[in-house]
Amino acid sequence: MPSKISIRIDGELINAQSGASLLDAALAAGKFIPSLCHMKGLSSVGACRLCVVEVAGVGRLLPACTTPVQDGMNVTTQNDKLRRYRRTILELLFAERNHVCAVCVSNNHCELQALATRLGVTSVRFPYTFPRVAVDLSHRKFAQDQNRCILCTRCVRVCAEVEGAHVWNVVSRGVGSRLVCELNRNWGDSRNCTSCGKCVQSCPTGALAEKGFAVEEMTKRPEPISRLANLRGVHS
Amino acid sequence: MSKAKVATVWLDGCSGCHMSLLDIDEVLIDVVQKADIVYGPLVDAQEFPEMVDVTLVEGAVSSQDDLRLIQKIRSRSKLLVSLGDCAVTSNVPSMRNNIPTKVLLERAYVQGADVNHRPPTDGVPTLLRHAVPVHEVVKVDIHVPGCPPKADAIAFVVTELLSGRKPELAGKVKFG
Ligand code: SF4
Ligand code: SF4
Ligand code: FES
Repeated sequence: MPSKISIRIDGELINAQSGASLLDAALAAGKFIPSLCHMKGLSSVGACRLCVVEVAGVGRLLPACTTPVQDGMNVTTQNDKLRRYRRTILELLFAERNHVCAVCVSNNHCELQALATRLGVTSVRFPYTFPRVAVDLSHRKFAQDQNRCILCTRCVRVCAEVEGAHVWNVVSRGVGSRLVCELNRNWGDSRNCTSCGKCVQSCPTGALAEKGFAVEEMTKRPEPISRLANLRGVHS
Repeated sequence: MSKAKVATVWLDGCSGCHMSLLDIDEVLIDVVQKADIVYGPLVDAQEFPEMVDVTLVEGAVSSQDDLRLIQKIRSRSKLLVSLGDCAVTSNVPSMRNNIPTKVLLERAYVQGADVNHRPPTDGVPTLLRHAVPVHEVVKVDIHVPGCPPKADAIAFVVTELLSGRKPELAGKVKFG
């Protein structure tokens, strides 16, 4: 039986369920902590690091999405240092792939782009890397564009945890990391893909899209998937 | 008080940012009352003046000519503003960056052409290996992203600058 505990977030006393993450507790209390890899209903992996917070007495920053609440915790979600780190993370995401918002299928409906605006990123201080990465158009209904992938693994988790097909994986290390379909097949040759489109709807950027949509036309609805996942009790 | 000197320049972009600049409508009248436009596609000046107060740059730095021009402009401008995504991120011009320039030119001018199967050499500047944002080659004071930036954002930036303030753009502008 989950019990109630209380924590302090930015000075405010908040009741939370034990077992909840700091991020869920903060969101439930109406606080804003930026996040990209987190999606309601899926497991949390702490991949993007945007949700970093300070916890009194802990000598390093912690990702709010993978840190469970503990009674008496004192958490800071907004200060200059955290804002600087979060902006830097966004800039590195932009520098790592080729994000050309003006011609992107997700322009104006993209979580990465919206967070950049919200957190005040108006330029990227790091040199862009302009990697040569794959675009996979082999699937009948969907397109995958690695130029826009931020490796949040929402697609990986939604496919494995909700659809139960586990089509997506991440291979290699560091900046060489890539999303792959099964054991590096073209998406169109996938043996497990049910063409349900959950990965597409869960992807926060233009990396996964339905075919037939032009610039700015791809809007996504992850909420019904989160509700479904909650109903099935995949993860709270 | 003497009028401020404002310049604009068009590097590797589509001129959309200049169109958006013209779109600030009646604010333009205030601008020309407070400032002289001394260089750029909107006026007839051959040489970039010795000293300019504010220069608005549209476009990425894509060629040897762009690079030389922007270096000269930086040394002659008190404030340099990257106007629009091409200047800020290198945007669409950067989509060629993971293709070597030689392969790129061959694709366009040899394989893609019906006549004259060779890349032009006369009167065209040499491409840089990468089209890059302006701030990767010279210091930029203010970034105004957008493709193009909204006329409101440009009006705000220009008005603030001409009043001697640095515009605070966080939350007011977006990429794309
Ligand atoms: S995925 Fe988002 S940030 Fe990247 S190019 Fe598309 S709209 Fe821009
Ligand atoms: S394809 Fe989309 S959902 Fe999958 S890892 Fe990349 S950005 Fe995340
Ligand atoms: S949302 Fe917590 S690390 Fe991505």
